[in-house]
Amino acid sequence: MSSHDILEVKHLKKYFNVGKHELLKAVDDVSFTIKEGETLGLVGESGCGKTTCGRTVVGMYRATDGEVYYKGQNVHKLKGKDKKAFNKDVQIIFQDPYASLDPRMTVAEIIGEGIEIHELAKTKQEKEEKIAHLLELVGLNKEHANRFIHEFSGGQRQRIGIARALAVEPKFIMCDEPISALDVSIQAQIANMLIKFQQEMKLTYLFIAHDLAMVKHISDRIAVMYLGSIVELADSEVLYHHPFHPYTEALMSAIPIADPKIEDSRQRIMLEGDVPSPINTPPGCKFQGRCRKATEQCKCDAPKLTEVEPGHFVACHLYNK
Amino acid sequence: MNSMVDKRFELADQSEFDADEVVRPNISYWQDAWRRLKKNKLALLSMGVLLILFVMSVIGPSISGQNYTTLMPEIKNLPPDSTYWLGTDYLGRDLFSRLWKGLRFSIIVAVVAASLKVLIGCIYGAVMAYLGGFVDDIMMRIVEVLNSIPYLIVTLIILVVLGNGYLPLLFALCITNWTSTARMVRGQILKLRESEYIMASAALGASSGRVIIKHLIPNTLSLLILDLATSIPYIIFDETVLSFLGIGLQPPAFSLGTLLSAGQEAMAFYPAHLLYPSILLCLLVLSFNILGDGLRDALDPQLRD
Repeated sequence: MSSHDILEVKHLKKYFNVGKHELLKAVDDVSFTIKEGETLGLVGESGCGKTTCGRTVVGMYRATDGEVYYKGQNVHKLKGKDKKAFNKDVQIIFQDPYASLDPRMTVAEIIGEGIEIHELAKTKQEKEEKIAHLLELVGLNKEHANRFIHEFSGGQRQRIGIARALAVEPKFIMCDEPISALDVSIQAQIANMLIKFQQEMKLTYLFIAHDLAMVKHISDRIAVMYLGSIVELADSEVLYHHPFHPYTEALMSAIPIADPKIEDSRQRIMLEGDVPSPINTPPGCKFQGRCRKATEQCKCDAPKLTEVEPGHFVACHLYNK
Repeated sequence: MNSMVDKRFELADQSEFDADEVVRPNISYWQDAWRRLKKNKLALLSMGVLLILFVMSVIGPSISGQNYTTLMPEIKNLPPDSTYWLGTDYLGRDLFSRLWKGLRFSIIVAVVAASLKVLIGCIYGAVMAYLGGFVDDIMMRIVEVLNSIPYLIVTLIILVVLGNGYLPLLFALCITNWTSTARMVRGQILKLRESEYIMASAALGASSGRVIIKHLIPNTLSLLILDLATSIPYIIFDETVLSFLGIGLQPPAFSLGTLLSAGQEAMAFYPAHLLYPSILLCLLVLSFNILGDGLRDALDPQLRD
């Protein structure tokens, strides 16, 4: 762990019991690090375990195995004061702005909850000032403070969710698909706002999404997940222009290009079949059933994530020489 | 700019466009629910009827000033006149006064039993949802067993063992009714516990006490009020049926059910004796039902989120 790493995930596993002798491997042996001040994008199909991974990383779910270190402390073993400090440092922005805000609370109560818990304001007046400041920061009006959630649109709600996370002055934010539930016209606003806050407040993001273009716009590095495992991890530019893993290749070929001439020549790699069930996965590479380049070796050996170029990790036998 | 002046258009006042500055009163959840309820004229009417019934159940028995407890066989089964406004019953007691007195007991029994049922069900359901796992399984099986026994049998056994009277009757009515509340509360809390706003609260470092007070209770309260309003008419019915069958309240105590029972015996010659308590019972139950429906529309979270 280098001194700049704020978060280190080591062989993290999260299994769910689904009936007798059946395990759902939502997160299966995932390792990565996040440097202070960077954005790590986490992409993958629906149901591949992105959200579970993110929630386990920030300690919302108990890990089945493996460790997560935040600034050198094991996230899953925190207690008392350390736990509280961790809760102040690490925040979540949720996907669904309709489900993540309490319908019985006013905006001021929602944003003020963290301020109250961590006693960040000494007087009532100071708290109100802080809430008004946060509301302005996320582009809302301080008159909105006493309103209830049902009076707001999706984009406004997401802004409130962001203000709630920012209220405790966090260092690290797990953004769980914060823009995918929003209108396309609002998505860019919220994404740019998140980028602006990152620069101003030196935040670190774990950015979960499935919109590839948006992830590229936001992230410094990107990890691609497939069925609970990371198959490729690289700087975003490198990953978009020189993907190694056959799955990443297929994903990247699906991004439309805004230039009609180039768009015409874009070769779409179509994947055959569906994502296999994550319950009782067979041995071997998880992607081999849909892979164009699969060999006999892929059916019995699971490839490990290895560094094939500096900073570029791939889990595929084609590159593990 | 001036070159573009066109008589058909005029410059709008920019200050009027500041939509965010438009001040309007902030409406809390309960104010909003009340506003919605007020729009429902039928529910308001039923509230009015209920209010009248409540007031009459308090002052009604003493308005006419006539005797309604001692037996006076010499004036039995009188037709309505200026002294006995609704006549007297088969033992010479003032029907008008007895009617309101009976209503009072019916209402008291229903309100108390419904409150107890909601309280017990709420606590039981919350404990089930909170502890979960093995304890939840066992507590849920108990509920299912209780649900599978016909309520009349349970009530009969309780009343036989504990004797007739108010407290055993209340106890019996609670025992047979609280399971639905328990299931409902359990479901709601299980749903809330998985909700993202509770998770967000936990991520902020909220203690479980804080989560319960700030999130769980406010989000369950409207369901409980609804449950209370809708279970009152059922309990009134239950109590009436029991008293009608003669296993509820015993003389000298009486409720609408006992009056109905007495009226039914006198039905052939004095149908009015059956008619009065029937009308009152219908009014009471109908009003509670309509009010319950109105409350459901006003409080339903589905309509609001």
